[in-house]
Amino acid sequence: MSKLASESTTSEPGRAGRYRAPASRMWWLRRRSYVLFVLRELSSLFVAWFVVYLLLLISAVRGGSDSYREFLALSGQPWMLALNLVALAFVLLHAITWFNLAPQAIVVQIGGRRLPAPVVAAAHFAAWAVLSAIIAWILVGAR
Amino acid sequence: MADTITLQVARYRPESDSAPRMQEYVVPLRADWAVLDGLNYVKDRLDGSLSFRWSCRMGICGSCGMTVNGEPALTCGTFLVDYAPGPVRVEPLGNFPVIRDLVIEIDDFLRKLPKVKPWLVREDEHPFADVEFLQTPAELEAYRQYSMCINCMLCYAACPVYAIEPDFLGPAAIALAQRYNLDSRDQGAHQRLDVLATAEGVWACTYVGECTSACPKGVDPAGAIQRYKLTAATQTLRSLLLPRGAR
Repeated sequence: MSKLASESTTSEPGRAGRYRAPASRMWWLRRRSYVLFVLRELSSLFVAWFVVYLLLLISAVRGGSDSYREFLALSGQPWMLALNLVALAFVLLHAITWFNLAPQAIVVQIGGRRLPAPVVAAAHFAAWAVLSAIIAWILVGAR
Repeated sequence: MADTITLQVARYRPESDSAPRMQEYVVPLRADWAVLDGLNYVKDRLDGSLSFRWSCRMGICGSCGMTVNGEPALTCGTFLVDYAPGPVRVEPLGNFPVIRDLVIEIDDFLRKLPKVKPWLVREDEHPFADVEFLQTPAELEAYRQYSMCINCMLCYAACPVYAIEPDFLGPAAIALAQRYNLDSRDQGAHQRLDVLATAEGVWACTYVGECTSACPKGVDPAGAIQRYKLTAATQTLRSLLLPRGAR
């Protein structure tokens, strides 16, 4: 090994003489797209929270009218409302970025031409709207 | 317009420096000068010890990728006037070990690239020299975009996943795998599946999308990766649900 190559100036393991920039803990603040990406990753926690919340609701319903009333009281607490509002914001971010990603993954060929990306995204948003409307109708309209 | 502009260039000499330091050079500001022309001016007239890679000057060789004012860019296609009045900060591409000044070590990418077999794989025994493979314009169009990759590695410099997870196969290697997977002449898709559909392959990507923003050739590696995730998921489902013959 030459003298030059044997002089290591790197703090991390690697080939001698190579400089590796230290990783910053705050790397994700460098760009808007990085921040958005980290928020989107974080949103999975809130998606999981909504699943837990739904399971709590089901368990409360199964437990009879008293436990259901308890659940309603818990849900009406200001901190619970705040948590659920934040969770809703994150779940919307999750859903919207997910649907915007769909045209990247799904390539639809019709008559030898690729369906434009906005059409694929619009189809997903339309399906979301229709399903939400059906659920809203079941909850509110069909009483 | 001022007739000069200042370049702040990262200098790193492994024999004496423990970390890069910035050095300033004043170069002529001309309408048709790219950052690379400024660096060549420095090398020729001001400081012959400055090291950087370049070759074609026309955005096709992929060797002059550097970080210009914090953004990964091909310095031959990035013009000084767009940064006037300056200064322009020129650093080596991020996420790679630096060998000297603006020269990075590309061994990691060169090790990963052949793993995806970026060539036409055929299962039949005809040697290529003996046969002609015809393609329709539509078949060409299916992969043409991905064939524009020039291996400049700007996408690796832009990718935060690659920074955190150095084992990640990376945007360009996956886009090039798709370039061959989608080629009607290729039969190697199932061989590439074993490399691509792994935790270090497409599933490491969390879709930041910066690779596509950084790509100077419009390849859209992020799109290639998301598309392959769907292919990989479908393949996994098929292998679970269907009998061997019907996959």
